[in-house]
Amino acid sequence: MERLLDIRNLKVWYSTYRGFAKVVDGINMHVGKGEKVGLVGESGCGKTTTMKSILRVLDSRKVHIPEGEIIFKGSDILRMNYNEIQQVRRRSISMISQEPSAALNPVFTVGDQIMEVIRHSGQFDKNFSKKDMKSLAIKAIRDVLISDPERIFDSYPHQLSGGMKQRICIVMALVTPRELLIADEPGTALDVTIQDQIHRLLRSLVEEKHMSLIMITHSLGVARELVDRIYVMYAGNIVEAAKTKDLFKNPLHPYTRGLMDCVPRLSGGGVSEGIYGYIPDYINPTPGCRFYPRCPDAKEVCSRQKPPATVATENHLVACFKYN
Amino acid sequence: MLLYISKRLFQGVFVVVGISILIFIISRVVPGDPARMALGPRAPQYAVDELRREMHLDKPLPVQYCYWFSGVIRGDFGKSINTKRPVMADVKEFLPATIELALFSGFLFIFFSIILGLLAARYRDTWVDGIIRALSYTGIAVPAFVVAVILMLLFGYVWPIIPVLGRLSSDITAPPVITGLITVDSLATGNFTAFFDALKHLLLPSLALAVGPLFQEARILRSSLTDNMGKEYISVATGYGISGSVIMRKYLLKPSFIPVVSVMGLDFASLMGNAFLVERIFNWPGISRYGINAMLNKDLNAISAVIVIFGAIFIVVNIIVDLIVASLDPRIRLGGK
Repeated sequence: MERLLDIRNLKVWYSTYRGFAKVVDGINMHVGKGEKVGLVGESGCGKTTTMKSILRVLDSRKVHIPEGEIIFKGSDILRMNYNEIQQVRRRSISMISQEPSAALNPVFTVGDQIMEVIRHSGQFDKNFSKKDMKSLAIKAIRDVLISDPERIFDSYPHQLSGGMKQRICIVMALVTPRELLIADEPGTALDVTIQDQIHRLLRSLVEEKHMSLIMITHSLGVARELVDRIYVMYAGNIVEAAKTKDLFKNPLHPYTRGLMDCVPRLSGGGVSEGIYGYIPDYINPTPGCRFYPRCPDAKEVCSRQKPPATVATENHLVACFKYN
Repeated sequence: MLLYISKRLFQGVFVVVGISILIFIISRVVPGDPARMALGPRAPQYAVDELRREMHLDKPLPVQYCYWFSGVIRGDFGKSINTKRPVMADVKEFLPATIELALFSGFLFIFFSIILGLLAARYRDTWVDGIIRALSYTGIAVPAFVVAVILMLLFGYVWPIIPVLGRLSSDITAPPVITGLITVDSLATGNFTAFFDALKHLLLPSLALAVGPLFQEARILRSSLTDNMGKEYISVATGYGISGSVIMRKYLLKPSFIPVVSVMGLDFASLMGNAFLVERIFNWPGISRYGINAMLNKDLNAISAVIVIFGAIFIVVNIIVDLIVASLDPRIRLGGK
């Protein structure tokens, strides 16, 4: 499959008073054309940071990218000049933020904000009037299953419910044609039924428009429903990557197994064992495997050396000495 | 919106009445007999009694209030014991000077606080921000009358290029009174010599008054801007490739000005009342100085008039500020959830 996006050895550091926090520690991942990919990991593992570095919306005064490439359609996003990155942001990639309430400007109507995205997309010629833009926006609002788009168009964010705001964020991301959608835990802030609706809606829209999707989530269950391939991320490293089916049939990395045990099951009763401990210090990380302190299968070598990504079976990568 | 305005006006009327009752009660319970004070310790008792009757001081308090308030509505605050003139005539003479001072001062602090705030936010955490921060803390900490004395020392003694006393130089004929604001009146009559002279006289006292609010608002604007720069919707807008100028204008400035405008309004309204020391130092014939003199002499009618007028101005300014904030912030205009 042709690669649309290819992230190679990306490192993202945040500068803090105590030194650099090495939040993303050399990750590799790729997304094919029309492919739906999941990035799964617990909060704070660097998922959002990775995704924000694709659109270069991290605060450049705090963030340092010492190494890595983000190849999008043959050119490296990290080395693009301002005009080139603006073209990517306007025409090719869009991102849905995880907090719909924070993602919308409180002092303008949602219609106004959608129109701004359309206006900046640069995909319409001069004959495309403001009225045409508005009808495009209204149509896009209707597409996310909102029944009275005209009223919503003139509403301010504070007048909408969380689910509505999340839908409006989806509208902004999909109102103009794009090749890649990055969805950062959409629906996390909402209750489960709405969350489920949002996920289904997102999948059908992405499939209908033949787009690629990166779905960021902390839930393997959500990823299983939505994506073709899953990357499991732990503390800034990709620890396992496989087709969704293969990952669930045969999870290899101890962290992936732990995550699967975390999902409470409806039958069987009791709370599962889960994973002990917390995400490690990013400022002085261990030289070895970052999961080593919490790993049930830790060996001596794990504390000294970083496990390289190994091909376990076809299309199934795992970074663990157990399989080396 | 119209409903919101009428609601605010309606509330404002009640507040003015409330202030008038409060100030009336306070002015009547302080010790000392106004009639005796007006006539002096040697005046015969019958003269004092007669003046008491004339001023309705022999009636019960609620009746006194009714006499007084019905006058206030007609614009009659009674006679000043101090100046022996109707209080309204004094107010007409002194109020425009203070309004002129406050307007000019307000213009200064609004203009410069916006510039400093924008600069500090734009160059945050650099030396520019550092200098503005140091200046700000100094400016907020030093009271207006100290600034006034320093300015007077600098420009009246060390480097006498700007006049430091009064509203106009003595060799310049004042323009005819239209609004009472000399700058406006002289412009209206085309008298530019008087206009520039009045401006020069305005400069130092209004600067002394402006320093505190100026730096305070620069700080608030800076923190509000830097706060909003870190908001998710800014990074979302950046992620959609929305141009820098649109992000600045639309996504950053409008929400950032909401807290600043509220404080600016409050500061502007309190300028009037806080002006008295500055008015004293610069010999500015303003209402604030008049009010303090009235208080020292227990000139009841004058005190009440000054305070009711200040209260009314405060309320009007606040209503205007609320309307500006409401026009900026839909959450207030439409009622938040």
